[in-house]
Amino acid sequence: MTVASPPKGTGPLQRREARLAWMLLLPTISIVSLVVILPLLAIFWISFKPIGLADLRPVTPVVREDLRNAGDPDQAIRYRVQNRSQDTPIENVVFTDTIPEGATLGILPPDCSLTGAELTCVIGTLEPRDRLTFLIPVTLEGDLEAMEDALEDDTEAAATGEADSILTNTEFTVANFVRVFDANEFWTVMWATVFYTVFGTVGALVFGLFAALLLNKSFKGQGILRGLYLFPYVAPVIAVAFTWVNLFDPFSGSANALLVQMGVTVETINFFGQRPLALIMVTVFEIWRYFPLSFLFILARMQSIDTDMYEAADMDGASPFQKFWYLSLPMLLGILSVLFLLRFIWTFNKFDDIFLLTGGNAGTRTLTVNVYEQAFAISNIGAGAAVAVVIFGCLLLFSFFFFRFISREEGL
Amino acid sequence: MSFLRFGYVSGPIIGALWLFVLSTTVSITMSFATGDPFRPSLWASLFCGVILGGVATTANAMPMKAGVIGAVVFILTLVGFGPIVMETSAFNGVVAALILAAAMGGSMAKIMDKCPMGPLTRHEMEEVWIRFLTGFGYIFFTAIVLIPFYVMVMTSLKSQAALLQNPLDFSLDIDKGWALFRSYQELFRDFNFGTYMWTSFYVSVLTVLITLAFSVPGAYAVARLQFKGRAAFSRSILLIYMVPMIVLALPIYIAFSVTGLRNTILGIVLIYPVTTIPVALYMLQGYFRGLPAEVEEAGLMDGLNRLQVIWKITLPLALPALASVSLYVFMIAWNEFLLAFMLLDDPSIFTLTRGVAMLNSSEIPREHLMAGAVIATIPVMVLFLGLEKFMTKGLTAGSVKG
Repeated sequence: MTVASPPKGTGPLQRREARLAWMLLLPTISIVSLVVILPLLAIFWISFKPIGLADLRPVTPVVREDLRNAGDPDQAIRYRVQNRSQDTPIENVVFTDTIPEGATLGILPPDCSLTGAELTCVIGTLEPRDRLTFLIPVTLEGDLEAMEDALEDDTEAAATGEADSILTNTEFTVANFVRVFDANEFWTVMWATVFYTVFGTVGALVFGLFAALLLNKSFKGQGILRGLYLFPYVAPVIAVAFTWVNLFDPFSGSANALLVQMGVTVETINFFGQRPLALIMVTVFEIWRYFPLSFLFILARMQSIDTDMYEAADMDGASPFQKFWYLSLPMLLGILSVLFLLRFIWTFNKFDDIFLLTGGNAGTRTLTVNVYEQAFAISNIGAGAAVAVVIFGCLLLFSFFFFRFISREEGL
Repeated sequence: MSFLRFGYVSGPIIGALWLFVLSTTVSITMSFATGDPFRPSLWASLFCGVILGGVATTANAMPMKAGVIGAVVFILTLVGFGPIVMETSAFNGVVAALILAAAMGGSMAKIMDKCPMGPLTRHEMEEVWIRFLTGFGYIFFTAIVLIPFYVMVMTSLKSQAALLQNPLDFSLDIDKGWALFRSYQELFRDFNFGTYMWTSFYVSVLTVLITLAFSVPGAYAVARLQFKGRAAFSRSILLIYMVPMIVLALPIYIAFSVTGLRNTILGIVLIYPVTTIPVALYMLQGYFRGLPAEVEEAGLMDGLNRLQVIWKITLPLALPALASVSLYVFMIAWNEFLLAFMLLDDPSIFTLTRGVAMLNSSEIPREHLMAGAVIATIPVMVLFLGLEKFMTKGLTAGSVKG
């Protein structure tokens, strides 16, 4: 008789389930890796490349044709082939053109050949900024004007060639990183990032906590107020950012007018245009826009706290503040720390808000804004990618902390 | 802080602070409503508030105290020695004084309710201060939320010249009738905002549909099925959720430039869902976990296969969650700005946010920009207010994304 023992390894049922799971996940995995993992790898690749915005256009030879000395005995078709790139040679350059009926070519240059109506010229390598001219004598029958049009416009000459793309070759450089770390502004950027992230996160949490305390009781209009307090978060960033710029405008802004009228200042203040006020203002905007989120989470947690505890505290004669400090706050610590970590990462990642408010001027350039600034304003994609790599490194560090916490606080 | 535990200390301090808060609030409200200068007077507020705070701690009945405080504030304000200094018409002056008097009288008596003049217990003292802070909190939060939106709407209805003259004058000329909405008309007529709205709408709807199509099976697999690498997978979702868009936008910009997807709606529809799938997956898997597995097992026993179980049992049960996820994804897609800004150059295929960004130029008057902002905001707000329950639930369900 055999002894019954529990099955070892994975049975067919389990395998089937796993197979189904992977099948269901496959679309997501493939699309996410296509659009997230691949770009991340690309960022690393590009950050070691000397590449500017202009290099994104592929390097191709350009050919133009026209009729010279029309009507004269020495009339000829002129082809001008050009490599417009400043530094990349083009190899295997060939251009072709269709010769319209009624035109007869004279002696061909040695590189060119004519098969039927098809003219093909093999040029070979075209050095950067090189320009070649071919003059081919031609005799035309019929109306000269019409023939000229037919030659120049009806049949376009086309040139092909192979150029080494900076994106795919094996030329590497660390200049981008040197540039990013070396520049004086790196520390300014770092400081702006740290200030914005730390104060933005803490501020949003503290204000969210206060708002949650206000609404953690039922009264008429509680629902309306709760909806109202979520407005800043729900509205499109572009709408509220422009409104803030408008509101704090030094010339026509209501906030300045109000301050002057109240006698707080004599001259108007340029809130988004001067250091260090601009950095403080974008942080205030961040707090304003994201306190609703912390408020919502904290309120949800507060309402799930058991009321028995407070009744017991009442019996023991605890004062309202003591109840908050010794009962509510410890209960909220979990959600607060998770929120802090998540918001910290998200504030660190924030780009739109600062970009719309100040465009990164007046000392508000954070790391994320710097990516845009380097890649598009200065047109140095490589340097932008290098900044992105720095951001990614910071994020890996944060997520390490995050996962250590979140495994303890499985509340979210 | 033990000195606060006397009614004659806490009362006047709170009175002074509260009167100053109220007079500032009423001044700002009246300024915004009429455009005339209203100014809170710090010293008059403090002085007057100290006395009224003292009055509020007396042993008289509450309506009595409220009446006395209100009357004092009303008379002082009208005479010109009150907490608000103003240069305005008699009518507006009376209105301001009346509002301030009513607010101060009613609230001060309530804040100081059951607070004796002499020594206070710790309870009494904290109650009083908490009531004061709560009142302040309501005013503060409501003001900071409402003012920007109020300015947004009002600016869109006024001309730039009028606002330059007096940036505080938001009063509307009702006689103008429909002409008030001139900038909206122009946006829809000359700036193609109707098209932008439609583009934004169908891009957002497509994003929702594609996101659900990808994330529902994925979320189900992560929540219900056993397979190796499940924990690692759900963690990497979170991790992807944390990669900043600008880092991805750069290579996407390059790839789209090279392949010609830049400047096409197709490119936008391809890229938007990818930014929302991780969020949706994370939210949905949390919800699927909360559903009772027994119902599904019963379905399996009765001969359905897994896919049929998902279609016939899980999805109908998860309809509320699908609604919140859809709403949230719709909101993200509708509000998305960065990718639209980087990838779209052709004004005929702009999304709404990209269209509003286009209005931010010195040649286009401010009221057009603000009108654009209002147009972009209203649909989300309507959706949000109409379906607030789903929305708040969706927000708390797993989205800490900003």
